[in-house]
Amino acid sequence: MSAGLATVAIFAALAIVYAWLPPRWRPTFLLIVSVLAIYALQPFSNLRFAAYSLQTLTILLTLATWWLTQRLVADAPPLARQDRLTLLLLLGLMLLVTSDRLLPVTVRLLPYRPPQAGWVLLILAGTAVLSLLLAHRLRRLPYRHVLTGAMLSLVVIFVLLKWPPAATAVATLWRSLTGEQVALAAPSDLAWLGFSYVAFRLIHTLRDRQTGLLPACTLPEFVTYVLFFPAYTAGPIDRLERFVGDVRALDAVPTATRWGQGGWRIAVGLFKKFVIADSLALGLSLTAVSAQQATSIAGLWLLLYGYAFRLYFDFSGYSDIAIGLGLLFGIRLPENFRAPYLKSNLTSFWQSWHITLSDWARFYIFTPLSRSLLRRKPRPSNEIILLTAHLSTMLVIGLWHGITANFVIWGLWHGVGLFVHKQWADRTRRWVRTLADKPGQKQAWSLVGWFITFHYVVLGWVWFALPTVPLAWQTLAKLMGTAV
Amino acid sequence: MNTSTQTYTWRFLLRVLLKTALLFVAINLLFATAATPESYGRLSLYNRLWPGRDRLPYGENPAESYNLSLNNLPAMLASHRLAQPKAADEFRVLLLGDSAVWGWLLPNEDTLAGQLNQMNLRRADGRSLTFYNLGYPILSLSKDLLLLDEALAYQPDLIVWLVTLDSLAPAQQLNHPLLWHNAPRTRELIQTFQLPLDAADGRFVTPTFWQQTLVGQRQALANWLRLQQLGAAWQATGVDQFIPAEFTPRATDFEVDESWQEIATAVPLTAADLAFPMLAAGVQMAGDVPVLIVNEPIFVSDGQNSDLRYNAWYPRWAYDQYRELLAETAAAHHWTYLDLWHLVPGEQFTDSPVHLTAVGNQLLANELADSIAPETSSFRGNE
Repeated sequence: MSAGLATVAIFAALAIVYAWLPPRWRPTFLLIVSVLAIYALQPFSNLRFAAYSLQTLTILLTLATWWLTQRLVADAPPLARQDRLTLLLLLGLMLLVTSDRLLPVTVRLLPYRPPQAGWVLLILAGTAVLSLLLAHRLRRLPYRHVLTGAMLSLVVIFVLLKWPPAATAVATLWRSLTGEQVALAAPSDLAWLGFSYVAFRLIHTLRDRQTGLLPACTLPEFVTYVLFFPAYTAGPIDRLERFVGDVRALDAVPTATRWGQGGWRIAVGLFKKFVIADSLALGLSLTAVSAQQATSIAGLWLLLYGYAFRLYFDFSGYSDIAIGLGLLFGIRLPENFRAPYLKSNLTSFWQSWHITLSDWARFYIFTPLSRSLLRRKPRPSNEIILLTAHLSTMLVIGLWHGITANFVIWGLWHGVGLFVHKQWADRTRRWVRTLADKPGQKQAWSLVGWFITFHYVVLGWVWFALPTVPLAWQTLAKLMGTAV
Repeated sequence: MNTSTQTYTWRFLLRVLLKTALLFVAINLLFATAATPESYGRLSLYNRLWPGRDRLPYGENPAESYNLSLNNLPAMLASHRLAQPKAADEFRVLLLGDSAVWGWLLPNEDTLAGQLNQMNLRRADGRSLTFYNLGYPILSLSKDLLLLDEALAYQPDLIVWLVTLDSLAPAQQLNHPLLWHNAPRTRELIQTFQLPLDAADGRFVTPTFWQQTLVGQRQALANWLRLQQLGAAWQATGVDQFIPAEFTPRATDFEVDESWQEIATAVPLTAADLAFPMLAAGVQMAGDVPVLIVNEPIFVSDGQNSDLRYNAWYPRWAYDQYRELLAETAAAHHWTYLDLWHLVPGEQFTDSPVHLTAVGNQLLANELADSIAPETSSFRGNE
């Protein structure tokens, strides 16, 4: 989440240019800006050439996934002209970005120094040759296995990035190859902007291709979907078929309406992020340091509430900005938050918190896993199936944030919570129905539900916010008044 | 507001933009005419929602120290626990001074005010002495005057004013944004007490009308708001300063160098070379409230070239003359004066020649307590 006010302003200015463009140029404009934006948004990395290389790798992974999902079939037609032109355009843009190193220091656009164009060309040529050889081999393998292998490869990359020992090992290797100080290798060296979201978009297309749900799309549509700049750093995680539908009807919504809706969402997002969340971040929010420093239970609770609201306003603010910017460019990105802290049960909370991630996990973890367990013989009990599916789904969501013990526990915390709520809801459903004609009691019941849900979520944030298990335990004990 | 299905026309959007612009201009004009830092600065969540701070707000890294520097004097004082209503049995003692009094590198309980408060001193009439830390990390008596001017509204019974040579250096008197951004108050002090300072100093900030609008005041307003919100962390943690685990200790060995401020070698100093009029103004401003002037302890080195310098700040020739001149001036004006320059052993100084450790402050507090007792007709108690 690194987009600042200046970035938002630049994107809004680009939307003005976009509005003046002839409609047929607009998809290409979106593609070009998206590719350039990912290089511009990528922060500086301590590893030599890593910043440029990681975003280039994002593009190459995107190309590979498109080829696997759209081209690696026996009856694929010859490469269309616009796909060939897009390949050339992407190559040109990757080389164009390297020219930033030739600009005077004061006017450079990137926060890092890209490698020389010659090297990039050489490496890309080598990659192309290897890819052709690999493609030749892959055509001989069962298609389903190839797609599974691609998904697993993305998971492996994800683990290498998010698991600190693995990330340190990769950073060490990189440093040794580029002649940098190996002793300084750290997980933060591999700050690959946007990869968490890119990986989930790519896995979605690979899995949908496997199940036959993926629609056909062109290379420029696919690349724009994966790299779409408003949603690149912090989501939402759109679905390909919905996104491509918007791209193919970019002018369906009148410009004034787009600007009215988009401008309002951006204004709301800016207020949430830069006024509320950033204010809460300054001393009104739980951190590893303040958790240890806190000397009063009430003060610690205040910091925890502050953290909970900061997280919501920060993330939902970014989502609003992304959705607003998307609207300016004619793309209606999916909603990501629907007043989650007002929900009266944990299931509703997860249907309204980071909705696109929850949906992704439901589509690709919960549902297939539940179905698979249902088909097992002997079939496990419903409770075992549900518990396994909830725990697995929430574990993946936890690990998506980082492969650490605290994220694992946070995921399990919510998995258990969802399971318990489901059991509770099943057992109280009949009684709750009897409250339909007792509005007072129904409201009181909702209030109790809200109070429990909100505090279950808020206490869960202790695992999310703090870096180690002992500190989180100590903080929870302090909150309960047993360790101040 | 659900905007996802709303349709708009350019005409509607233009009307919205126009109304927004008009509202923006109107609010700015209203703010410029009705609100001043003086007025909104007195509004504070401290001593209401959050406990008052033990020392004045100061800090460059709010995220770590839960504190920040700002130039709004009323807001600074309103965030201090001094702004609480005075109890009937309370005897208020204000401690004025620099970063040594503020408590650089020390938690509040180890500062001079903290140590004095832990002594539970009482007057003979039963009133308990409560010490308020009004130290501020600037070496300038003008800054102390500015703070005293605001603090007198909080009914002090005694003022203990700790000074050191550099705080009397004429060049230091107007050398801080706190004074520049409170230009009308500083100018008024210069005029009222005929201080030998330039009321037309180019660094004084006189805001234009536009700088008094909401947009013009945005930084000052943001600082005031941040001070209020940092109260939550202050309330939860009691932390108001980032104290590093390690720091560079004050120097013990020196080059062959006898310079002090802009003066390169030893010269005779006269009372006119030091800012004694500031001290006189402070005593006059305090009126009936007694003022105890204290020459605060300094680090006295026995290292290389310590025959030339007491420490990194003070050559012996300048400091010795300063002590003589201060004692003479205090006697001439009948000020209550205490010279504690050599009270604290060298190992009880931290990163500068005036910053004390907790033990150093305890020594100073003990000495001050003994000296304050006759001043206030009180006695030591509850030790």
